[in-house]
Amino acid sequence: MSHADVHHHDRAHTHHADEALVTEDEAGNLEAQIIINALQNLLVAKNLLAPEEVTQEIERLEAPGAHLGAHIVARAWSDPAYKARLLENGKSAAAELGIKVGEAQLIVVENSAAVHNLVCCTLCSCYPRSILGQPPSWYISKAYRARAVREPRAVLAEFGLLLPDEVELRVHDSTADMRYLVLPERPTGSESMDMSQLAELVTRDCMIGVAKVVPVAAPRN
Amino acid sequence: MTVRFRVGDTVKVSDLGKAGHVRTPFYVRGKVGEIIQFCGCFLNPENLAVGNAAGPVIPLYRVSFRQKDLWPHYEGPPDDKVLIEIYDHWLTAAPAITSEQV
Repeated sequence: MSHADVHHHDRAHTHHADEALVTEDEAGNLEAQIIINALQNLLVAKNLLAPEEVTQEIERLEAPGAHLGAHIVARAWSDPAYKARLLENGKSAAAELGIKVGEAQLIVVENSAAVHNLVCCTLCSCYPRSILGQPPSWYISKAYRARAVREPRAVLAEFGLLLPDEVELRVHDSTADMRYLVLPERPTGSESMDMSQLAELVTRDCMIGVAKVVPVAAPRN
Repeated sequence: MTVRFRVGDTVKVSDLGKAGHVRTPFYVRGKVGEIIQFCGCFLNPENLAVGNAAGPVIPLYRVSFRQKDLWPHYEGPPDDKVLIEIYDHWLTAAPAITSEQV
């Protein structure tokens, strides 16, 4: 990610200028990157910023990843009491596992045979970064942001997920201070798995809601 | 600030005609939905966007809309929904949705 993002995302209410990131000049330079580099050089020259501080901040932002969300999901699959606490208060339940949710609140929405949940942010790129890391590029694309609320079943079909009409689809538009995590259905065939094995089944896309966790094939004898 | 709405209340999203950083998307303005959760009180993004973080905090709710109420030509089943967060001052009380409007 560019340094431009560093400052945007620390301010929850600042819109993400994703268009600027793809504005290249004829030499292939990114306009936003040129501006940020010039600003950084100036701040370093004036001793207001050390290069290591920039590196540390990038590392801090890039450290969280979908493995954290997967850990939360695996625990919820393994422990009904934990799952109940997670659905009640996602932030405090994540904290039980030593996972700090930086956003105001984490709302966990559970998929079932009757309900499927999908997360988007039509306004910008709100995403549970502290447990899923940085969002994929399609998540912040204007096409996904516009279509996820308007024709979500067509979007899911393009991801390979054909949702039957009997299943209610709930699209969560993260327009303000809450962030959302989809708790996918535990797949068949995973009954004897331990938590670390379960966590490996849980992908980022399952926790956004554009995919389901694939069933586990029975071991061959 | 008073928490005016309770879970289950029917509300209409106002079209306040405000420009700028309001965080209430156009596609829900003028639409009727149901309060499903009170999220707590938060700083108004309209103030935050211009550098005013002094407050006050205002109630934020999750509101559920039926897709068919948002998009007249929605092709999915009638139970499909969009659930979205709306700040208090964008909401007014509305009569409950009747079956005729379904």
